Amino acid sequence: MSAPLISLQGLSKSFQGNDAVKFVDLTVDKGEFYGILGPSGCGKTTLLKMIAGLEEPSAGRVIIDGLDMSPVPANRRPVNTVFQSYAIFPHMSLEDNISYGLKLKGIGSGELKKRVLDMLDVVDLKGLERRWPDQLSGGQLQRVALARALIMQPKVVLLDEPLAALDAKLRETMKYELVKIQKEIGITFIMVTHDQQEALSMMDKIAVMNEGRIQQVDQPNLLYEKPKNLFVANFIGSANCLMGRVAKVEKGRTHVMLADLNQEIIAFSCENFKVSDRVQVIIRPEKLTFQDIELPSNHEKTINRVSGKLLEIIYHGGVSTFRVGFKNKNLKPLIVSQLNDDQQTKDGYRIGSHVEVCWRLDAATLVPVI
Amino acid sequence: MQSVRNPDAGKVKLLLFGEFISAIKSSLRNPWLNISLLVTLLFLYTPIIVLIIFSFNDSRRNIVWKGFTLKYYKKMFSNEILLEAFLNSIVIALITTILSLVLGVLTAILLWRFQFPLKSLYQGMVMIPVIVPEICIGIAFLVFFNMIGWPSDLIWPLSLAKIIFAHSLFCFPFVAIVVRAKLVNLNWECEEAAKDLGANAWHVYRDIWLPHLKPSLIAGGLLAFTLSLDDFVITFFTSGPETITLPIKIYSMVRFSVTPEVNAASTVLIVVTILSVCTAIFLQKENLKKGSFE
Repeated sequence: MSAPLISLQGLSKSFQGNDAVKFVDLTVDKGEFYGILGPSGCGKTTLLKMIAGLEEPSAGRVIIDGLDMSPVPANRRPVNTVFQSYAIFPHMSLEDNISYGLKLKGIGSGELKKRVLDMLDVVDLKGLERRWPDQLSGGQLQRVALARALIMQPKVVLLDEPLAALDAKLRETMKYELVKIQKEIGITFIMVTHDQQEALSMMDKIAVMNEGRIQQVDQPNLLYEKPKNLFVANFIGSANCLMGRVAKVEKGRTHVMLADLNQEIIAFSCENFKVSDRVQVIIRPEKLTFQDIELPSNHEKTINRVSGKLLEIIYHGGVSTFRVGFKNKNLKPLIVSQLNDDQQTKDGYRIGSHVEVCWRLDAATLVPVI
Repeated sequence: MQSVRNPDAGKVKLLLFGEFISAIKSSLRNPWLNISLLVTLLFLYTPIIVLIIFSFNDSRRNIVWKGFTLKYYKKMFSNEILLEAFLNSIVIALITTILSLVLGVLTAILLWRFQFPLKSLYQGMVMIPVIVPEICIGIAFLVFFNMIGWPSDLIWPLSLAKIIFAHSLFCFPFVAIVVRAKLVNLNWECEEAAKDLGANAWHVYRDIWLPHLKPSLIAGGLLAFTLSLDDFVITFFTSGPETITLPIKIYSMVRFSVTPEVNAASTVLIVVTILSVCTAIFLQKENLKKGSFE
């Protein structure tokens, strides 16, 4: 792979002594749909504004296509932004909004017309060019904002929570629309969002951010399967977490003693743990199963097992969620999620009954406790 | 204070003329609203209407209707002192409007965008000319201009400077209030979006700020224009014998007798004011049609 299109080096920003972004290092490759995911107030919008040049970094550099952007003001960076509020100019028609940047560049009216028409085609707004912003719906305004950025043919398009203001149904459509447009024109997108579903389904690569720091950068599936810490595990999907200490390390396998349950479990592990390291065992709810009586107890599906009492069954349609409490009432109940496709799960369990919860060797992720 | 500010209150009502019309429309459905509206209208406008009607009265004394005539208008338009006063008023009002707009917009932006020590104190001080009774401002100016020894023998347009300064001082806070109210709902991201698309500071002012502020500039400018045009109290203390304005002239005419000529001059003042208000409403409507959100 050649040099990255964008690289952020030690980028930091503090507002009156409060650090919003702390030493962020990131690289984004050309043509990627890159996501920055984090809870609100984690500094992700500030990070985006520093790339756009709308916010001055306190330290660090933004490098785009090999050029240090520090001395380049926002209006001369090869970057365009789709703002959270869309920031459509209210006193300009749709056409004037889209062509605004090109007019400032001094593009002649012939080429201007052609490019605007092409762009209207891309974002599916043909025939609306004479409309005023107050005559457009939220989804259409969003397309205008996107078109206004794309028409500049920037190296990168930055999107700040572009779907947050849309209703649920429209958001679902726009999600795929955005991905489709991005793949079609091949411009690099960097999108900021707080919605993990959005991030997982749209992006090629995701940087998870919390409290101004990058927590993990990975492809969506790895982020979900192999979270590097509890924050990432909890933020992306839901997770069960058990505390323990490493008891024995074999080749590729780690035995963990769960202190609260006084029980040992085994997990695959690629991290190099040492005996007596404190670890968190993170297991996704859908990787937990209830013990199948027909299987022998040393079967790989049931190699790890804990027992508890069924507290609650929540029916969601396609799946059901079960909450399993331990004898020790201080422990958080386990969350088990099961597909409602076999008769057994539907009828077999009663609230208050005793259950054995099992998981496979590769189901759990071990995370060191710092 | 209330009695001194009464003319301004009247002006604000005129500015709300457009809303008044729509109030009339909606009240047609409710008889009680109708009646209260009618009483209010009568109360507000009867004196003005009577004044206008009697400017056409063919009588030396202005009490009994004797028949229709235009002779007092003819008389008025051949009265050179009156015309000169009218010209003075217009020139003062126009220059005051421009100065107030500049000062008012700068003040509004300062108060909206920047943080500085003692900001709230400054904010309060800017509003002082709105709160302090006009008579006090008038006397303050009289004393001030005497103290600094402002020359009183300047030639014509310059001789108006004293009045213009005084008018600008009490008019610009009104502009600042109106403009600031509008600035509050300017979308910050629009400015960032413009920069992001390649706009420099000048483009941002031309393409984002100016169109957004246009309605408030029209409203503020109009407020300054009409406030200045018919100001009596402050002008009374700052004008000299060479710089008579229309309200001062009307006042001095009344001291001899209330002839229909006085009514005619007042009618002209009213017509100019109402025309400028209508122009502003029209301009604002045009602006709305062009799709700016409120």
